[in-house]
This record gives sequence, structure tokens and C-alpha cells, in this order.
Amino acid sequence: MSIARPLPHDAAHLHVTGAARYVDDIPVPGNTLHLAFGLSQTAAGRITTMDLDAVRQAPGVVAVLTAEDLPFEADCSPSNHDEPLLAAGTVHYVGQPLFLVVATSHLAARRAARLGKVDIAAEKPVLSIAEALAANTRFEDGPRIYRKGEPEAVLPSAAHRLSGSIDIGGQEHFYLEGQAALALPQDDGDMLIHSSTQHPTEIQHKVAHAIGKPMHAVRVETRRMGGGFGGKESQGNALAIACALAARQTGRPCKMRYDRDDDMIVTGKRHDFRIDYDVGFDDAGRIVALDFTQYARCGWAMDLSLPVADRAMLHADNAYHLDHIRITSHRLRTNTQSATAFRGFGGPQGMVGIEKVMDHIAHARGLDPLAVRRVNYYADHVAPPPEVETGSAAVTASPAEDNTSRGAQPVPAATLPAPPEGVQTTPYHQPVTDCVINALTDRLAASCDYDARRAAIAAWNADQPILKRGIALTPVKFGISFTLTHLNQAGALVHVYQDGSIHLNHGGTEMGQGLFQKVAQVAASRFGVPLEAVKITATDTGKVPNTSATAASSGSDLNGMAVQNACDEIRERIRAHLAERYQITEISFAGGKVRAGGEQISFAEAAASAYQARVSLSATGFYKTPDIEWDRIRGRGRPFYYFAYGAACTEVVIDRLTGENRILRTDILHDAGASLNPAIDIGQIEGGYVQGAGWLTTEELVWDDHGALKTHAPSTYKIPACGDRPEVFNVALWDQPNPARTVYRSKAVGEPPLMLGISALMALSDAVGACGPAYGDLQAPATAEQVLAAVERTRA
Amino acid sequence: MDITFLLNGEPVSLTDVSPTTTLLDWLREARGLTGTKEGCNEGDCGACTVMITDEAGSRALNGCILFLPQVQGCHVTTVEGLRAPDGSLHPVQRAMIDHHGSQCGFCTPGFVVSMVCAHLNGARDHDTQLAGNLCRCTGYAPIIRAAEAASAAPVPVHLENLSFHCSENTTGGSGGLAPRVLHPTHSDDLARWYAANPQATLIAGATDVGLWVTKQFRDLGQVAFLNRCADLRGITDAGDHWRVGAMTSLTALEAHIAPHHPSLGTMLRRYGSVQVRNAATIGGNIANGSPIGDGPPALIALGATLHLRRGDTRRSLPLEDFFIAYGKQDRTPGEFVEAISIPKLPDTLRCYKLSKRFDQDISAVCGCLSITRQGQTITSARIAFGGMAGTPKRADAAEAALEGAPFTADSFHSAMAAMAEDFEPLSDMRASAGYRMQTAQNMLLRYFHDLSGQTTDVSKVSA
Repeated sequence: MSIARPLPHDAAHLHVTGAARYVDDIPVPGNTLHLAFGLSQTAAGRITTMDLDAVRQAPGVVAVLTAEDLPFEADCSPSNHDEPLLAAGTVHYVGQPLFLVVATSHLAARRAARLGKVDIAAEKPVLSIAEALAANTRFEDGPRIYRKGEPEAVLPSAAHRLSGSIDIGGQEHFYLEGQAALALPQDDGDMLIHSSTQHPTEIQHKVAHAIGKPMHAVRVETRRMGGGFGGKESQGNALAIACALAARQTGRPCKMRYDRDDDMIVTGKRHDFRIDYDVGFDDAGRIVALDFTQYARCGWAMDLSLPVADRAMLHADNAYHLDHIRITSHRLRTNTQSATAFRGFGGPQGMVGIEKVMDHIAHARGLDPLAVRRVNYYADHVAPPPEVETGSAAVTASPAEDNTSRGAQPVPAATLPAPPEGVQTTPYHQPVTDCVINALTDRLAASCDYDARRAAIAAWNADQPILKRGIALTPVKFGISFTLTHLNQAGALVHVYQDGSIHLNHGGTEMGQGLFQKVAQVAASRFGVPLEAVKITATDTGKVPNTSATAASSGSDLNGMAVQNACDEIRERIRAHLAERYQITEISFAGGKVRAGGEQISFAEAAASAYQARVSLSATGFYKTPDIEWDRIRGRGRPFYYFAYGAACTEVVIDRLTGENRILRTDILHDAGASLNPAIDIGQIEGGYVQGAGWLTTEELVWDDHGALKTHAPSTYKIPACGDRPEVFNVALWDQPNPARTVYRSKAVGEPPLMLGISALMALSDAVGACGPAYGDLQAPATAEQVLAAVERTRA
Repeated sequence: MDITFLLNGEPVSLTDVSPTTTLLDWLREARGLTGTKEGCNEGDCGACTVMITDEAGSRALNGCILFLPQVQGCHVTTVEGLRAPDGSLHPVQRAMIDHHGSQCGFCTPGFVVSMVCAHLNGARDHDTQLAGNLCRCTGYAPIIRAAEAASAAPVPVHLENLSFHCSENTTGGSGGLAPRVLHPTHSDDLARWYAANPQATLIAGATDVGLWVTKQFRDLGQVAFLNRCADLRGITDAGDHWRVGAMTSLTALEAHIAPHHPSLGTMLRRYGSVQVRNAATIGGNIANGSPIGDGPPALIALGATLHLRRGDTRRSLPLEDFFIAYGKQDRTPGEFVEAISIPKLPDTLRCYKLSKRFDQDISAVCGCLSITRQGQTITSARIAFGGMAGTPKRADAAEAALEGAPFTADSFHSAMAAMAEDFEPLSDMRASAGYRMQTAQNMLLRYFHDLSGQTTDVSKVSA
């Protein structure tokens, strides 16, 4: 069985030799053209004149396209048809594409794109959360509100009450491979697109729309991405559409990749948030009522902001049981890049809100923050959820809509069963029936020696005038499923050839997370063959249609099950054939052999035998997640099939003279269920933690007063470097099977570990707390400058 | 222009190439070697790392800001050239697979080349060796595990003693180069040519000029590549001072200076990355005139003297006098930085580099302080800052407040107050003006605590 083995990434041997092909590495015909966008330098206004003569005359330029030159509506939005490929009339942010240059080389296109003379009658841009609130520019009519209990009534009666706020910065994805697409024109105007995308079906849909063809005329292939992190869920649309349009017009292959600066200036990032809180609690720090107001800066277009903001609300509780809670969410429109999906999809921001509340309460009560966290935890409770077939409610969908996007608008009216008696529920009324956070925290606190180290740090701090250390242990409870219920489906296509080799395909995309390998391990295990028998193939809309984005950590849950179903279908056909041939029902598949009673043949012989008996050795597989139903307007239901849990303990040191800080040690215990591949899962955890810690420390996005992003390259935007990882970094898996009926009882692991990085922010806050008596009120990202500001605030 | 070099063991002879074609573009577009990746096109991510071998040894460089003339006569090894002739993987490649060092794989070729370079050179300070390679997937832990696992393996035979062309065939002048390009082998040739062509661009390590081309699309016009002027490179002991040639790389400077001024050595370890320090030169760092270069404040604090040359005319001046205003230096047309002299002094220097990220980041504030005492009385204070003004600049008022004062916290507090007169820093994406001023002042206090034996450096603390 290849399941649960710590096998290397399927392409590791290609990665290390430079042989792994990304979009820009695909050999192209010699007449291929290259594209670049001319970008707006103004954040808001109306285009008055666009003089592109110099662009057209620049060396190597073949064509220059503006919005007026496009044959059909070319819209890039995954949700609201509010993102024209090229600005028509109005501009909405600095970096918005205005015109498209088609040239004989990448460099020629980039050079020419700088030569446009565009006059824009500038208007005052709306840039910040405060400005958007003042101008009342927002998506959706007003704030969305979820509630449970009677927070307004209970808050005034609490023994203690605090209010506060935290600013939470956004985050650039900084996938190492920038956005890229290649369009190869085919017979009869059809288009083959290679795209670095998490969502090939959406690329297919958007390209078809833009070239006025049915979806069947467009095939999208994605072998791998050089990182995605959510940044390639919708942000690749513009490049693929541009390539297809230019290819349609010129009849030549067209390729586009963003230079890094363009990539950072043009594309959306993680939403920055401000979260205000008003909390009542008792002497032990137990929350009795809580009122959150979340402000999300969404940028100029809707993109996926509504489900992102929803997920922030859905994680406002993190791992804490709240009887009386209100969450108000404002989705604000600003003249900045359209914020988009980023690992965690709003969940991390929601979690930072309540972790800040825990930190603040602990300071106010003089308690160990971990003690406050523990008294607020959901109770551990492990029970398999009921298996109910749901999620097939009629949806008012239109074929013209991009129904496979998380930004899709139709909402099913859910019919919701009442939660069982005696079970704690989330603020959105979902019973929490799989909680392990108490036991998990106990084990981690013991293994990382939390109590003793906390005492040792306090003693050390007492002797140090300049440096202060801090420690924090924070939990993660992350909901698994697309909150747009109908996206929780997946397809697979499996062929068994007559030599016993297996061609594997499914709707998931590979962005480094090891999905292809995990799913191949499932396929190999179903047939009882060695992994080498399974050929992993590029995601292809011509093989598996109508796929959901590889997002929401769902990749292996959904595609693994779809592949399992396809494999089982073929295996059953082979079994039935052999049962007839050998007149025996006991047939097993293992070790590359098929055993039928005393007979044993190789899997290849079994396949050949089935072929000769005219048995189909090809099958599609399909899976839909059971037991979920969700009303996002009312904030009630069961949006998640299950929760993934984890906890991290981080120790830091800060310098009270400069705010400089370092992570010294991190210990993590994370719940990946029964891991499909522990090496890959640990890789997701280590990488997710560092990415999350980077978000909350050194990764600072800075816009100027005119709305221009000033941190648009790695010279100014600082993701963690090698030396920023914890010097001591212990990661372990909880490794208990998922009570929910997932593939081999594994759990999703893509997003949850990012939120383990919140422990770094809380550890910094703890160290700040050693500098003075007042609450430091540390904001995020906790750059050295923010840490020093917090240190200053601790002066009584 | 014509260029010859070895690429993965094969000779390459190029005719009529643009001198500002980057090695990365040439590898990917002309040669079809797509293993070397473009991640940022500005030398900050390391995805394009290649190994360059010449008479000075093998070193990692960023291919995206390396112009083809800079590899003239070198051996270029890309990720495709790391396997043994029999196809077996390099120990680093094997370890990266075994230790799960790649996820998306896009940064991996750059990491592997950096690791192979470090392995070849016997370097085991992996965090430093890999500071110039960014990975967004793994959190680095498995990459370091791979580097550690591979470190004991012997260097594969095919990478030992890599040959290279030592091109003695061109003497001074343009030697077969297009007239707009000079590639001299001696500074006399450079001096003559540059005096006659003062509008030309001099290219030393190209870690800044590279971006003029890749990001700003500047037409550099006439250019001179200085990388073959061996007489401009190297450090000589001149009795009471060291003379450091302008083309001395930051790597070489760090190695030389660290034993004498450990704090400067530590700061230089954080200057750019291995790839950047292997290319960047101290002359370029000074001549560039940036207010945020890290070399000048340290050298000013050490009392360094700058040596300039135009034609056959030479002059020297205190380094701080070179920097007149933002974008303006005391350099006449056709004049170039020839060397810098660093006096040999007892080590009282501390260099405090403050940046958002520790490694490979441009300083928000770089404070370099050298304060000497007789008994408990401060006899002299040389304090220079980067990031606090339009130029690297001394803190005159703070220095004055300290000189003659006792070495006490009170004296340093007085100097901190005085420093408010010295600078009016700006706010930008790296830091606010207020933060810059506050931390610059606090660096004085840090110096006091540091020399009083307190722990003041977060990088010196372990869990």
C-alpha cells in the first residue's frame, strides 16, 4: 500500500534537475508572440485620451489592443462581471490594465507598454478602510451580521469588559512563478490554453466568453504551478483571456507572463482587515459575550471578497465556544488591487481577531494567555457526523454564470436540522462534534515544556534591560469545505492500459502541495500496484469537466475520493471478470498481483485478460461531500464537513530599542487525520507556519497617498528568508483518523497550518508585555517598527 | 560584441550580442535551458542562480542581473550541468529529494545551484549561503536538512577543478569589442577611455546597473565592463592602512575585514546575499552614491579615504566628503573610484543594520559607531548613518556631545538628544521618519550597553 507512506513529491526529481516544466518553459513555435499590459498610473478617474502611437511604433510590436478593439465582452471577474480585461472609460486602481501590447518578444512587449500616453481626469481615490467607510463604498448593501445568543443584552452584565481593535495587514502571495499563460490557436478558432492556474475550468469559461465560443472550443491544461496560495484562483484569468484574444486576432501562439513588479502591482492580495471587539468576561477570562466588527478592504472589484469575508466571520470563534456572539462584516470597496483568495481565505484574519481578544483579556486579568484560551475552548467531542445526503438543493443558476467560482452568486435556501441536544455550536449554529483541541493542546504544552519555559523566560526577562523574550501557544480550528456548497464536488478519469499501467487524471491542480502524489497513492492503493504503475497527468478540462478550483484545502479530500471511486469502478469490473474466469468470488489486489483463490496473476495480466474479455478499463469517478448545507445570508447551517485542528507554541525575542525580533523556537502539533503522506503533510505545516508568521511580521504592504503600491518587488516586500525560520522547529502530526468519512480518513492540510503562525504574533505581544505595565496593543504585521510602537505603549 | 565561455563543459562562442543581454535571458531564450528560472528579475530571489567559475574559484551569482560580458572567459554551470556524466544526481540533488526540499519546485533549481556552490566550497553556514534564495512553500526547514545531509558527501569528480578560459588574448582597448563597449584588462586602459568618454556607464558588479536594464529599460549607451581589471581588485596591506581596490567584491571585503572588525563582518554578512556579495563591489557601492548603501557609513566611521582617478590625475578625499547631496557626489566627469583606504585602528566599531527582514534587505537605518576612550573619557566619536539623510552622513552634533564626555549612560542620552539636530529622515516604505530617528538615537544607547557587556543583539539569543 502506498497510502500513508512519506514518499517524495512526484516531481521532486524534475525539480532538482531543472527539468520540471512550467508555462514559460514549454517549447513554443517560433512565431509565438508575447504580451504585456500598459497599466494605469492613476487610482481613480476617467480616461480622456489614450495616445498609443509610440507603443505601436516601438520595435517588435505587432498589435496594440484597447477595450474598443475587443470582439466580445472580455471580463476577468470570477463573480460579478465587474472586471473588464482593459479599462473602458474609468480606471479604478493604480496598476489596472489599460491596453494590451502584442510583440515579438517578452522584452519588446514590456518596453513598448511603458510608452503609452494616457490622460486620465483623476478623481479622489478611496484608499483606506476609514475612507471607504466615510464614502460608504462597499460590496453588498450593508454589513452582513451573524449572531448567536443575546450579546447586546449580556455584554453589560459581564464582570469585566474590554474593547479594542487590531489592524491586520494584507499579504502578497509571492508565488515564485509569476502569473503566466500560453494560448495556442487550434482548428476552427478553438483554443488550447496552458495556464498557471488553480482553476482551469474558470479559465476555460472566461476565455470562451471572451472569444465568443462555447466552452467546448477551449481546452485548458495545467501541469503545475510554481506556487499558488490562492493567488492563482482568479488572478490568472486576465493573462489567459489576453493570450486567447491576441491569438485569435493574429492566428499565432501568444504567451504572457507578468514581470514580478507588474505581478505585484496588477494582481490582488490577501484582504487587509480591521477588527474591532467589545468583549465581556469573567474573572477566569471566560468570555460571556463578544461583539466583533470586521472591516475588509476588498479593493476595486468584487472578485472573491464576499466568500472571503464570510469565512472571516466563520472563523471569528477559532477554537472557542461563544454563547453570545455577534459578528458584523463590512466589505469595503477601495481604489486598490482587488483583494483575492489567499491561503485561509479570510479565516486567518477572523482568527487573529479572537486571538487578540484572548491576549487582551489575559493582560487585563494578569493571567497566562494559555489559561484564558483553555477556559474558552470548545469541549473535546469526537463523534462521527451523521451521513446525510444533502447539497442537491435546486440552485437558481444560469449557464452564462461562472458557476464553478467561489464568487458565484446563487445561494441555495437551506433546510436546516436543529443541532442535537448538549452539543456546543459555532456562532453559525454548526454543532462541533469532532473537537480535539483540549487533548491536542495538553500534548503540545507537555512536549514543548510550556510551563517551565514560560517561567524561565520571565526570569530571563527580569535580568535583561534591552532584550525581552515572549512565548505563546495558540490553537487552530479551521472549517473544511467550500462554503458555496455546490463546489464540493470533484471528478476523475482513470484508464488502465492492457500492460497494467494506469493513467490518472482528476480536476485538482498541482501547485507544490503534493496533491498529485497523494492522489496517485490513493490510486495505487486501490489497485494494489506500486506507485510507479500510476502516471500522473496534467489537469485538463478536456478530461475532467466542470471542476472546482483547487482551493479551500479541498484538493485531496475531493479529488482523492473521486479517483478512489473511479479506481473502484474499474477494479470491480476486473474483479467481476476474474470471478467469472476463475469461478471464485474472493479476489484481492495487492503487491502488484491479483489473487483469485489459489491463482495469482500480475495486475498487468489481469488487465490484459479483462481487455481481451472486452471489459472497459476506463472509468470516470465522481464525489460530492455529504452532509453540508449553508445559508450564508442568515449565517446558519453546516458549511463545513469537518474541522481541522492544530496548535503551535512560538518563542520570540525582541529588542526594545529597535523593535527587532526573531523567532527562536516553534513547536507544532497538527491534525492531518490519518495522513495520506506524512512527509507532504509536514511540509505543508512547516511551510504554512512560516508563511503565516511572515504575514504577521515582516510582510508589509505599503501604498502611497495616491494609491500606488510601493512594495512591489522582493527588494521592498519581505517574505521570510531562510534565516527567519525558527532555529528550533519541531513539527508532529496528531495522527488520529478523521471521524468524518474522508478518503482514508485523512484531513485537509493546505490552509490550516498557516494560522499556526498567529502564535508568532501572540508571542511578540507577550514579549512586548514584558516591557511595561500597560497593554502594548500590538498591531499586524508586527514589523520591527510596530513592535517598537507597542513597546512604547507599554509605558504606563 | 563577441564573447566566449564554457557552459556546462561545452565551449560557447557568441558573436554580435548586445552587451546588456542578461545571462538568464540568453540561457532561457537563446539556449533553451529553462531550468534556470526568473523569479524577480532583480537579484532578490535567487531562482536564477548559476555557478560561475574562474581563476578566483566557483561562486553563485544571480543570472538575471549578470550581463553576458561578465562571464567572458568563465565556466558557467547551470542546474542542467550538475549531474555527473553518467546521469547520477549530485549529492545535493539527491538530498533535496530525500528530505522533501521541493514543493512547487520553482525556486528549487536556484537553491540547488547555491547549495552545490556552497558544497563545492566547503561552506556549511547554510542560512548565510541560502539567504539569497527565497522559497515560499517549504518554510526552509527541509532544505536546510537536505543541505546538512549532503554536506559530508565528497564533491563529484566532474565539478572538481572545473576548467575555464583565462582569456589573455585581449589586451587593453576594445579588443574585438564593438566600439561602444570597453572590456579592459587594466585600469590604465579604463582611465584613458573613460576620460575621453565621460558619458559612458561603468559596470562593476551590475547589482544595481542590472536593474537599470531589466526594470527601467535604460539604454546605457557606451559601457565599460570592469570585471577584468585585475589591478582594481584586491586588498593590500599598506602599513598603517589597507588599500581596497574598487573592484574588490563584498565577499572578499567581508572575509578580510571580519577578523579586524567583527561587527562590520557581521553586517557585511547581511549585505545583500551571497549571490549579491559575489558580484557587488565596494567601489560600486560607494560610486553609486546611494543614501542607503551599507558600505559607506561603516567606512566613514572607520575614517576611510577615497581615491579617485581621471585619466592620469589622481586625488584622495575623506569618504564622507564624496557625498554632497542626494544623487550628487564629488566626482568629475570621467573620474572613477579607484580604491579606498581603511586605517588600521583598534576595534571599537559597531555596525547596526536595521531592516524589516534580517537577511538580504536594504537598511531602513544603518548606524556605524566607532568611539574611543581614554580611561572613562570619550576621546573621539565617529558616528555615521545610512538611511537618515540624502547621503550617508555623520552625526556631527551627537559626536560633539560625546567627545570629552564620560563613558556613561547619561552621556549617551545627551548625545541622543543632540542627534535630533543631525538628521531629518524621510518616511518611506521601509520605515517612518519618526521610527528612523528614534532607532538611530537608540543605537547610541545600544552601543553603550553593547560595550558595557549587555546582550543587545537578538540574533545572539537562542531558545
